[in-house]
Amino acid sequence: MADPMKIRAQIKGDVAEIRVLMSHPMETGQRKDSDGKIIPAHYIQTVTVALNGKNVVSGQTGGSVSRNPVFGFKVKGAKAGDKVAVTWKDNKGDSRTDEASIA
Amino acid sequence: MDMIRRTVLKGAGATGMLAGLLAAGVLKPTLAYAEDWNKAAFEAKDINEALKSLGAASAADHKDLVIKAPEIAENGSVVPVDVSSNIPNTTSIAILILKNPFPLSSQFEFSNGAMTDVSIRVKVADTSVIRAIAKADGKFYSTQKEVKVTVGGCGG
Repeated sequence: MADPMKIRAQIKGDVAEIRVLMSHPMETGQRKDSDGKIIPAHYIQTVTVALNGKNVVSGQTGGSVSRNPVFGFKVKGAKAGDKVAVTWKDNKGDSRTDEASIA
Repeated sequence: MDMIRRTVLKGAGATGMLAGLLAAGVLKPTLAYAEDWNKAAFEAKDINEALKSLGAASAADHKDLVIKAPEIAENGSVVPVDVSSNIPNTTSIAILILKNPFPLSSQFEFSNGAMTDVSIRVKVADTSVIRAIAKADGKFYSTQKEVKVTVGGCGG
C-alpha cells in the first residue's frame, strides 16, 4: 500500500488552491537497473479530485510525470470546511484516496 | 522489526491473491483502464501521433493559453510546469514534451467550478519544447515554450 498523500487546500477569496503530493516511484519502463535489465513501468495513470463528493478534475498521466508527483489545482466557489478528496490509480491496479478539509 | 515482517508477509499474500484473480479473469486490467486512460495517446512515440490520438491535430495558436516553466532547468527529472487557459469554455488541458520518448505527459478535464489552471512537475529528457493543448467549445488551441535542460548540472 502506498504512503498517504499530502493534501493542502487553502481558500483565497472564493478560490480554493489545492496542492497534492503523492508518494509514487513513477517508473517509465525506459530505465535500466545496474544489471542492464529494464525496470518495469509503474506509474499513476489517473488522478481525480472531488469537492464535497462532486468531481472537479479528472486527470490522466503518463510515465513522464516526475517521481512523487505534485499537482496544483484551483477551484472556484469553494469555502472553508469543504471536503477535498483525491484519488489516484496506477498501471498495476494499485490505488489510493485521501481527504482533507479546506482551511 | 516484527511489524515490518508482518507487513511484508501481508503484502506478498495480497499480491499472490491478485495474481490468482487476474489468472481467473475476474479482474481485467485492460478493460478497467480502457474507459478513463487514453492508451493510444499516452503510448504515442511522436508528437503528431499523440496529437492525433487526442483529436487535436489541427490545434491553432492562442494567446490566452499560457505555459509557465523555467527557461533553464538544471534537473530534467523535476521540471515545474504551470498551464492556465483563459480561453472561454475551456474544458481540458493536455501537456506534451516534444522530445520525450512518449510526448504526452498528462491531460486534465475540468468541471463543477474547477479553474482551467494546473501545475505539475514533469520529466524532460533533453532540451525540448513543451506544448500545451486546450480544448474549448470543441476546438483545440495550442501554445508552446522551450525549456533548456542542463546536462551534468554545471552551466550550459
